[in-house]
Amino acid sequence: MAKNNNNNIFKASWTYDEAPESTDHIQIKKQYELYIDGEFTKPVKNNYFDTINPSNGKKIATIAEASSEDVDKAVKAARKAFKGWAALTGKERGKYIFRIARLIQERAREFAVIESLDGGKPIRESRDIDIPLAANHFFYYAGWADKLEYAFPNRNPKPLGVVGQIIPWNFPLLMAAWKLAPALATGNTVVLKPAETTSLTALKLAEIIHESGIPKGVVNIVTGAGETGASIVNNPDVNKIAFTGSTGVGKYIQKATAGTNKKLTLELGGKGANIIFEDAAIDQAVEGIVNAIFFNQGHVCCAGSRLFVQESVADLVIEKLKRRMETLIVGDPLDKNTDIGAINSKKQLQTIENYIKIGINEGGEIYQPECKFPTQGNWCAPTLFLNVSQSHRIVQEEIFGPVLAVQTFRTIDEVIEKANNTPYGLSAGVWTEKGSKIFHLTQKLNAGVVWGNTFNKFDATSPFGGYKESGFGREGGLHGLKPYVKFE
Amino acid sequence: MSRLDINKTYKLYIGGKFPRTESGRYYTINNSSGNLIANMCLASRKDFRNAVVIARKAQNSWANATALNKGQILYRIAEILEGRKEQFILELIAQGEARKVAQKEVETAIDRLVYYAGWSDKYQQLFSAVNPVSSSHFNFSNLEPVGVVSIIAPEEQSLLGLVSVIAPAIVGGNTVVVLASESKPLTSISFAEVLNSSDVPGGVVNILTGNKTELISHMASHMDVNAIVYCGKDENTLKEISELASNNVKRTIFYKKSDWENELCESPYFIEKTQEVKTTWHPTEI
Amino acid sequence: MFPNLNNLPVYDNTGVNERVKRFCTRSIKKSSKTEGLKLALSMIDLTTLEGKDTKGKVQQLCYKAMHPHDSLKNIPTVAAICVYPSYVGVAKKALQGSNIQVASVATAFPSGQSALDVKLSDTKFAVDQGADEIDMVISRGEFLSGNYQFVFDEIAAVKEVCGKAHLKVILETGELDTLENVRKASEIAMYAGADFIKTSTGKIQPAATMPVTYVMLDAIKDFYLKTGKMIGMKPAGGISTSKIALQYLVMLNEVLGEKWMNNNYFRFGASSLANDVLMQLVKAETGVYQSINYFSKD
Repeated sequence: MAKNNNNNIFKASWTYDEAPESTDHIQIKKQYELYIDGEFTKPVKNNYFDTINPSNGKKIATIAEASSEDVDKAVKAARKAFKGWAALTGKERGKYIFRIARLIQERAREFAVIESLDGGKPIRESRDIDIPLAANHFFYYAGWADKLEYAFPNRNPKPLGVVGQIIPWNFPLLMAAWKLAPALATGNTVVLKPAETTSLTALKLAEIIHESGIPKGVVNIVTGAGETGASIVNNPDVNKIAFTGSTGVGKYIQKATAGTNKKLTLELGGKGANIIFEDAAIDQAVEGIVNAIFFNQGHVCCAGSRLFVQESVADLVIEKLKRRMETLIVGDPLDKNTDIGAINSKKQLQTIENYIKIGINEGGEIYQPECKFPTQGNWCAPTLFLNVSQSHRIVQEEIFGPVLAVQTFRTIDEVIEKANNTPYGLSAGVWTEKGSKIFHLTQKLNAGVVWGNTFNKFDATSPFGGYKESGFGREGGLHGLKPYVKFE
Repeated sequence: MSRLDINKTYKLYIGGKFPRTESGRYYTINNSSGNLIANMCLASRKDFRNAVVIARKAQNSWANATALNKGQILYRIAEILEGRKEQFILELIAQGEARKVAQKEVETAIDRLVYYAGWSDKYQQLFSAVNPVSSSHFNFSNLEPVGVVSIIAPEEQSLLGLVSVIAPAIVGGNTVVVLASESKPLTSISFAEVLNSSDVPGGVVNILTGNKTELISHMASHMDVNAIVYCGKDENTLKEISELASNNVKRTIFYKKSDWENELCESPYFIEKTQEVKTTWHPTEI
Repeated sequence: MFPNLNNLPVYDNTGVNERVKRFCTRSIKKSSKTEGLKLALSMIDLTTLEGKDTKGKVQQLCYKAMHPHDSLKNIPTVAAICVYPSYVGVAKKALQGSNIQVASVATAFPSGQSALDVKLSDTKFAVDQGADEIDMVISRGEFLSGNYQFVFDEIAAVKEVCGKAHLKVILETGELDTLENVRKASEIAMYAGADFIKTSTGKIQPAATMPVTYVMLDAIKDFYLKTGKMIGMKPAGGISTSKIALQYLVMLNEVLGEKWMNNNYFRFGASSLANDVLMQLVKAETGVYQSINYFSKD
């Protein structure tokens, strides 16, 4: 009988009408001030900046820009509040944090909609993943507040004092939760700066924090860009800096805090290896590839951006992957059927497009399914580069977009060596149905998170963080408490 | 003209429902002036038998609920109990406590529920281990619930004592059949109403009121109960329970304390007592 | 031609469940919803398979099949009626003049625990009575014992007796335990001559589920790539609401696509689904939530 390898044979015919998430129940102010010492206060220099909806380029709100004077005020407020906060019993501290968790759950939909409006990620992801994980993170650490004596054998943990935290734009509310929850549970007070393109959910969180009754000054939220971040890093009365963002900025911060007594944790970039063996459950592995690099438009530090597929199944995997990519819907983040939303900013889109150009110039074989983009906004089609190698720039450097570099491999030792052949070490994925192979690989891969037969799974109880230039320190789980305490 | 109150009927709590005892018997609880507060069900061994069947049915899916889910349910119990604080204070007063003591007891009970809610997704991290065996194997030990636990609740501190033995058992994935304080049973059935409003699946907690002497031998000897928790000091009872438990190598847990207020009365070790350790091996060589 | 059962794909259950969940998050609205509902209606095999079935019951069901809801214009009729062999003749007569097919279960449905010649004469009887389609059951006991050749031969023999009638092969996935077994049974059925592979008899739990259907659609896809032949698929049992039916259609759309999105290659084995779809269609037209009192139950 005739064989037919035409991909279009399985083309989906039924197109889904628009299914927009309702936005008429959410509340966004026209202008947001800084949240310092328990109140919303104008920035000293009266500077503001706009936050833009990346799917249509329209302004959503005006955001205050914190100068170093504002940061100073925030740190002073945090210092003043520290004594009382640390003196509370763990039980009482925990209760405040439980309240925050509950309040997020009650307002979950509003948070999800604003997250998608401000940042560009699909509503399905913010609704089903970001916001529930954020609430759960507060829930988890609230429970540790009165149990710290069990977390560190033979040690008496104490809070560090005032903690400065700087978070990125790819999971705005979730990153705020990852930072605030363990810091507060262990008795620290906080000055937090959200990313300048995604300040809104952090500011809505400030409203919740206010309503939770938490004593003033315990949490301070200062919005702004790189300069505001530098002010936090350089402020002499901050005891610890926690940073999630690019490796470049992370190195700058590590240098800037050298010689000070500031403790530091960094969660930086990655170029995760996603490894598919011939004995994998191929269909699920293909889905795993999609989750690894196209989830959140590839704006994930732990993205599986280097695919290693065993040569004997490479053609099959690539064919299935291409077919699967055809069913991905790129579009309005607020449409419930959107799989891939808007790229977070024009700047990031330029970076990605630049790398795509580099990849083509380097001789990579590019594949992109046909996509119909909306007329305005920042969009990028899911992209494959086939037949590339470890020597290609697009295989070495973090692109932070929906671009997958595909290599083949032949043996286990070869793929381990290549997977580890990078200055990064954040994540890796292994796909095989053979148990011993999974354990062998997880033992040998130099990454802080190794996913076996899955990818991009997060949980409040599960420690996350990198090896090598992907940073140090862990967030989540028992291990996530350590960065926020000192032992007398 | 003053309005006549509707008196409450106190029944048993089994399988998420409130049935009367199948035996139809009762015993009375009077207040300090000797007046009747309530007729309590005098539970029979058949009630206990039925409760165990239901607890067993519910155990597997309760154990498989995520730690997050169990934690949120326990937190919800605390929320509901907090909302009914005054009702419970009044009930404790009716049972003979002073108001200040009653209030402290209810507040501690609420906080203790929050305490154990917070352990649901953490005790595994404390008590489990990856074991560095000398062969090419990945070896890990983790905890699993023993299964169905019968509990004889503390006689004093009828709310706090009850919460202190139920919470650690269920947060660990066990289902329980509890015999409430014999002299102060009111709060136990009112607490059952709180459980019933808190998304606790039916059958996870079952509460009986009745006569200790009559029921203890069944609670200790039942072949389909995996562990028994007894709160009390009487040496003869302790011996009797231990002997009967040996029928099916039941795990026995004895709490002799009479004051559940202080901080030593809550810890992850209370959870650990109704857990088994399972160790798993898997090769790692390729 | 007996299939090679040695290199069949393996499935990770957690992964399959996640993929299925993702299909279920699709939001189907407006005209795409109405389109989907009408398509679902046209794919229903309206079924009655009870020990207490009578001639009258079957006749009434047939009338419902031809007149789902006369006040609603421009809706399709269901695809087929599915009955026990003893009622094929009754159904055939009652459905005269319509395009609705008569499907009959056969081969000692639902257990399949009987001798081959009994099953073949069961089938022949239904075919002689005029059945357009035969829904047979595989011998699960033989399958689980590893006697795959037996299962294959049995299907091939039934196919021969079917003559012009289309053969649907019921795998009874609720008894097959693993997704790998579902794949294996699908493979055997398709190579042995099935025109359709079907999940369940509807007589045990679990009946049709999305993960099992997903694996069967995957099997159909690979079979098409190997042989160029299109096989149909029928999930049966447990699909009682429009919401669920639409989720199955989303999965079909994104796995097999256009060519399978019609009742020649996809059916729902259901009974109460039809009325739920009709209620949803009326709601879409009027904007008002409906009550079953306004829809006929036959």
